[in-house]
Amino acid sequence: MELLTNQILAGIATGAIYACMALAVVMIYQAIDHLNFAQGEMAMFSTFMAWQMMQWGLNYWEAFVLTVVISFAGGILIERLLFKPLAKAPILTNVAGFIALFAIVNSCAGLIWDFTIKQFPTPFGSSPFLGSQLISTHQAGMIGVTLGLLLLLFFFFRFTRIGLAMRAAAALPESARLVGINTSWMIALGWGMAAAIGSIAGMLIAPVVFLEPNMMGGVLIYGFAAAVLGGLTSPFGAVVGGFLVGIFENLAGTYIPGVGNELKLPIALALIIIVLVVKPAGLFGRPIVKRV
Amino acid sequence: MSAVQEVVTEAPVIDAVPKRAMTLGYGTSLIVLALLVLAPIFVKNFIIFQMTMLLIYALAVMALNILTGSSGQFSLGQSAFYAVGAYSSAIMMEHANINYALTLPISGLICFAFGYLFGKPALRLSGVYLALATFALATAMPQLLKLNVFEPWTGGVQGLVVDKPDAPFGLPMSQDMWLYYFTLAVSVAIYIFSVNLLKSRSGRAFMAIRDNEIAASAMGIDVARYKTLAFGVSAGITGVAGALGAIAVQFVAPDSYTITLAISLFLGMVVGGVGWLPGSIVGSAFIIFVPNIAEGISKGLSGAVFGVLLFLVIFLMPHGARQMAMLGQHWIGKLRK
Repeated sequence: MELLTNQILAGIATGAIYACMALAVVMIYQAIDHLNFAQGEMAMFSTFMAWQMMQWGLNYWEAFVLTVVISFAGGILIERLLFKPLAKAPILTNVAGFIALFAIVNSCAGLIWDFTIKQFPTPFGSSPFLGSQLISTHQAGMIGVTLGLLLLLFFFFRFTRIGLAMRAAAALPESARLVGINTSWMIALGWGMAAAIGSIAGMLIAPVVFLEPNMMGGVLIYGFAAAVLGGLTSPFGAVVGGFLVGIFENLAGTYIPGVGNELKLPIALALIIIVLVVKPAGLFGRPIVKRV
Repeated sequence: MSAVQEVVTEAPVIDAVPKRAMTLGYGTSLIVLALLVLAPIFVKNFIIFQMTMLLIYALAVMALNILTGSSGQFSLGQSAFYAVGAYSSAIMMEHANINYALTLPISGLICFAFGYLFGKPALRLSGVYLALATFALATAMPQLLKLNVFEPWTGGVQGLVVDKPDAPFGLPMSQDMWLYYFTLAVSVAIYIFSVNLLKSRSGRAFMAIRDNEIAASAMGIDVARYKTLAFGVSAGITGVAGALGAIAVQFVAPDSYTITLAISLFLGMVVGGVGWLPGSIVGSAFIIFVPNIAEGISKGLSGAVFGVLLFLVIFLMPHGARQMAMLGQHWIGKLRK
């Protein structure tokens, strides 16, 4: 029993990372209706910028705010420059574009900051949280920030005009345009917000997984899985999905014999697929009804 | 009006490609074939080897094209089928001493069964969800191949070494050249099979499902049966490609078949043109040569150069090589007038 609770706690701690990333994934999915494969690399690049600013002598919070602002602008810029021209291209071509962006960002970060592992500071400290060895104050802080972000996003989408306009533009672009919403800019805004949330996720994750150009590879996969598990239309589902994936992964590693580290990922994914086969829109997603 | 249409069509993932536009005419096919037959006579062995790989990847890209381009199902798991094909063939050659040519159809059948069975649960999923499921398969495969249980057959992390076949009947050919012609023959046979498949009742059923699943089922098409069939055929062809790949590279190891391979095949399909079978060879050329070119331009930034080249290609030709071919056809038609 002790082992079980400990593993669940550890799962929640890693789950917080996935929840954070999943939130960014859902954000962009709301805006553009696809999964952005380059999301993790964009977050990694933002985190490196924050690190660089701290090297130049800014304190943590100054660097944090600046990075979020720059990432927001950067996300909009990427959309305007690279993906607006592809708006009319087939979806699969857009996906190829994401892969290209992934390669570019990863390789540039490698060239600028090289591939050695760097320490990233945390504002929450890393002492044990409430006397538990499994969750540090940083991880608790991360869970807090994720939940705070979720709340903010909920209010943004639910109660502001621009949030409503973004939802409309994603759900039915043609009709949204007819009622006077600038759908093209809503997509750009979605990219900006996704980049900003991604940068926050990156800065929270970096103290745990360490900073290097490939740090997001694994995290992004779990983030996708979490978002899909929770339902791609629901930010709340994404966060719950993140924690569930973290717990799944830890329990599978502990209780299924012969799994170990190598097979953790496939098993977590397999479980998610089983969930999806039973509930194809994810746990909290709205099923899409098709009309003929 | 347009708002109503939005609801009615529900944005299909892949643009509809009419079945006549999915292949080349006879004349063009023969010219391409002649080029492929004559080319190795004039080049060095290493280039012949690369051309063999070009054909092998073209087969794998075409298999994905049958699945995505004609039946509308998205897959990031092709590397898993490729791995199963490669391993089946390698194991049969090494442990049972079966002739390499005989292992190909057996590997194809094994992969067909595997793909067909995988297609069953995948029926419930579409779009991103299917992408995630197939992705899971692709990430799991190298780990499964490394498992201790299978080690006596798979050789574990070390993999297996395969012998390269000599030219039969004492033909005066290097091993590389023989393998090239062997691969070419297999590829042409599979290409003809695929073209005919798409022209048949099954092919039309695939395309009807791709364009509108509900309408297809209303017309009496057994959606589940044809979707799993498409998965099976695609996996089978990928398996043959994998088996040929194992023979050409003379080596199979779990880490050759990671998700990177699946992503490359996907890029190959997009560059070649989704739903246009002859584009597969263009896409295959892109995924084999462009990374090398990128490496040549800048060692440190090869990833960035590759990304920029990929962006250029999709900016100029969002519909891949198919678009170029259609443009070419249009101009030739104008000149004739």
